[in-house]
Order: sequence, then C-alpha cells, then structure tokens
Amino acid sequence: MIRINCPYCGERDHSEFNYGGDATVKYPSLDSSEKEWTEAIFFRKNIKGFQLETWHHSHGCRMWLVVERSTVTHEIKSVKPCHPDLQKVVENNK
Amino acid sequence: MTKFNAWNVIKNGLNGQSYWTRQWRDPEPKSSYDVVIIGGGLHGLATAYYLAKNHNIKKVAVLEKGWIGGGNAGRNTTIVRSNYMMPGNHEFYEHSLKLWENLSHDLNYNVMFSQRAHVSLFHSPGAKDSVSRIYNIMKLHGTDAELWDLKTLKKKIPHLNYNNSRFPILGAAVQKRAGNARHDAVAWGYARAADTLGVDILQNCEVTGFTRKNGNIESIQTSRGIIKGKKIGFAVAGNTSVLWQMAELGNLPIESHKLQAFVSEAVKPLLDQVVVYGVGGAHFYISQSDKGSMVFGGDLDWYKSYAQRGNLPMVQDVAEAAMAIFPSLGRIRLLRHWAGVMDMTMDGSFFICKTPISNLYLNAGWNYGGFKASPASGWYFADLIANESPHTYVQNHNLERFEKGINIDERGAGPDPKLHG
Repeated sequence: MIRINCPYCGERDHSEFNYGGDATVKYPSLDSSEKEWTEAIFFRKNIKGFQLETWHHSHGCRMWLVVERSTVTHEIKSVKPCHPDLQKVVENNK
Repeated sequence: MTKFNAWNVIKNGLNGQSYWTRQWRDPEPKSSYDVVIIGGGLHGLATAYYLAKNHNIKKVAVLEKGWIGGGNAGRNTTIVRSNYMMPGNHEFYEHSLKLWENLSHDLNYNVMFSQRAHVSLFHSPGAKDSVSRIYNIMKLHGTDAELWDLKTLKKKIPHLNYNNSRFPILGAAVQKRAGNARHDAVAWGYARAADTLGVDILQNCEVTGFTRKNGNIESIQTSRGIIKGKKIGFAVAGNTSVLWQMAELGNLPIESHKLQAFVSEAVKPLLDQVVVYGVGGAHFYISQSDKGSMVFGGDLDWYKSYAQRGNLPMVQDVAEAAMAIFPSLGRIRLLRHWAGVMDMTMDGSFFICKTPISNLYLNAGWNYGGFKASPASGWYFADLIANESPHTYVQNHNLERFEKGINIDERGAGPDPKLHG
C-alpha cells in the first residue's frame, strides 16, 4: 500500500485515492498546431524515477493533489494541492 | 542441436539421456550484425526467428539484459485469443492465432498450446448486444466466434455462481479456437529455433547507450561491449520509453503500468476453459494449468509504475472477483503472485513501425495482450525490418496515427493509458 499524506486529511492509504496522470502536461493555446495538441494529449515522458502526478482523494476530501512520487520505489517526496491558490492557503496555515 | 522426435526420444532413453545437446548457444558478441534486436522476450525472439526463417537474414543478434524468459515472458496469464474488432487488429490477431496453431511443429518444441475455448461471460442485455456486435464482426472476417446461452454454459461450466443477483450470468461469448499455452516453452522454443538458424542470443547484455552517425544509430553500447547493427529493432515493451529517451527521441504515447497475476496450489481438474468475468470496472480472467494450479489475474494497479511488484488493493479486488464468480475457490491458497510492467498506450493498440531514425524500428505498446500476439508480432516486425515498409495489417500501427486521428481504440476509452485494460 502506498501512503499519501493528504494536506487536508492526513496520511491515508492510496486505495482512498484515484490516480490521475502526468501533472506536468500543459495544454497549448486553442490556435496551436495539430502537432502541438497531439504532443500534449497523447505523448508522455513516462519517467522512470521521480515524477509529478495527480491523484484525486475521491474517498476523502475529494481534492486533486500533485504528488511527487518515484515510479520505481513508489516513495513519495511531496504532496500539494493542485490549485495554486489552495497551495498558498496550505502554506500559510503551516 | 538435437531435434525432438520419437527416434531421438527412444535413442536417448536407451542411452541415459546423454546425447541431448544444449538448447541454444551462449556466444560471445560479434562486433557487428545485420540486425540487432534489443529485448530477448517473446517478441524479440520471434522477430529474430522470422527474420532468419522468412527473410533469410541470419546475421542477427538478440540482446537481453537479464535471461531468456525472465521478463514479461514469465509474467503473464498465457491466454491466446483473437477476439478483436478494429481493422488491422482482427487480421493481425487472427494470423497470430493461426501461427499458434502450428507453433509446436514449426519450432520443433512443444509449447503446449491448448485450444480449450475462451469464454467471456455477459451479465446484461446491453452487454450481450455489445458483445454480439463484436463477435458478429469477427465471424464476418472468418474468425470463429459464437454465443452460448445459459443452458449451454451451465452444461459446460457447471460450477460458476449462477445465483449472483447483482450480476446474473446471462450467457457467454465464446471463441473455441482460443486457449492458452505454456509461456516458458514459447520463450525457449523461439530461442532454440532462432539459435538453430544462426541467431546469436546474448543474455546479460544490457544496452547502456547509442552512438549516432549521420542521423543513424551506428553502434550500441552494452554491458558486453560495443555492438554495431545495420538495422536495430526495439522490442522491450514495459521499458520502451527508457530506451526511446536513451536514443534522444523524446516522448511516446505510452505509459508504463503494472499488471498482477496469481497462481494457486494445484487442485484436481476443475475448469476446462479460460473464463473471463468483466462487469463495470472489474475484470477477472481465470484458467487452470496442466499442473492443476488456478492461474488468474485482474486489472492494472491503476497508477504508473516500473516496479515489478503488485500492490495489495488489487489483490483484494481480484480475490473479490474470484469469489463473486467462483465461490468454490474460497479456500484455495495462493502459491505465487507477480507483476509485469507493460507499455499501456493512448488507444490500447500496439506499435510496429518505423521511427524518426531511419535504421531504427519500433515494436512496442502491447498493453494487456502481448503474450498472444508474440508470433504475429515477430512475423510482422521481421517483415517491416526486412522490407522497410509495413504490411497492410500494421500500416496504421504507427506513432503518427494520433495526429491523423485514426486511433485504433477497441474500447473507445480515449487517451488515458490505464483505461485500456
């Protein structure tokens, strides 16, 4: 079991969460080329090692989180809310 | 290499089994080859075999970082079927099934291919309609496919849970020519047959880098020295992205996920078919090995991973599915369970294609279904490498299909690799 330290709920089993995907994907502007959109939607770095990824705490606070996790050892370095404003709130409340 | 036949069995039986030769050589790497296949799994070995057999290209090396049969070749549930619907896929997998049917003779190695029928249960009229459509399409393309009503199913597999009120069994979609095979024998059979035709199988030979010249890959740096190849093929599903980035080619429409499978203690004959139970998100498939063990598996672990070990929530999920459909398994004990790392692609279909490097060819993205595809994968990858243009069956199995909008998405699940189970 992976244990994810949710900033709102505390440390929980990963079975409470749903895995989202690559958190570094940035969508291009609407008038970008097909090539750029294809790259953003379909192509991934598929990192072997630490990567930023999204998880949804679907059986908890239902917040989307950005988790820095190793895809080899499953060790987690950091957990933050996805939304930058919520990140600030969490930082300020520490 | 001693051929397996009745005469040699009798001869060696009388001579204390002393005249059998080793199954394949353990050669030192040569400095250069016509074709170097990276990845000594089923697909890599099959590719080397068909390069030598179909295309008479015999100066071939297969580089394997571990040992033959130690990767995903030994981490699957050995199911062989061809119940695919999309153009390109159904011809490809049907050809694969045809190759399986003669594989033991072709390789002179008993791969224990058993056409015991693949039985997909359905649990609602909607599911029946959906699967009828797929199986009718299969029939139109000449693949065997049939539907079993509840009466037939009860006669064939009496001990399924027919009192499941949440997911009542209404019948099954069946492919009778499907079944399973012995995974190790397939790996050893291809390795032995390829070696006989002159292919060098280099184990403990890990690729560490590439040297480029004029845009091509000139040589491969490995843990056993530098090896040159006129043409190079990647067949390392699970780790394709790692090698792809080693060649500085950027991103791929692939994520690596892990899939678990389980083997129980041996029991008396209980199940003659491969049974698949899939409702909602859950997915469960089971068969009985010749030794008597129940072999079964479920869904992905749902998060991206290169770890060859599974996690507990999926163990529970699979056990629940087993109990829902086979309550008689309730007290059976597990002997082993394992996880394999797979290339999950953005549309659930594979890649056999050219790459931006003109002497590099890609075989990747096998998702859930690499085992059954092995013979055809080797066949068409060898064809691509030898003829430098893809066969019509695999002409759209390339990296450009996403930009063109011609995804080959059997499930219609969209660009989320973990959903293409």
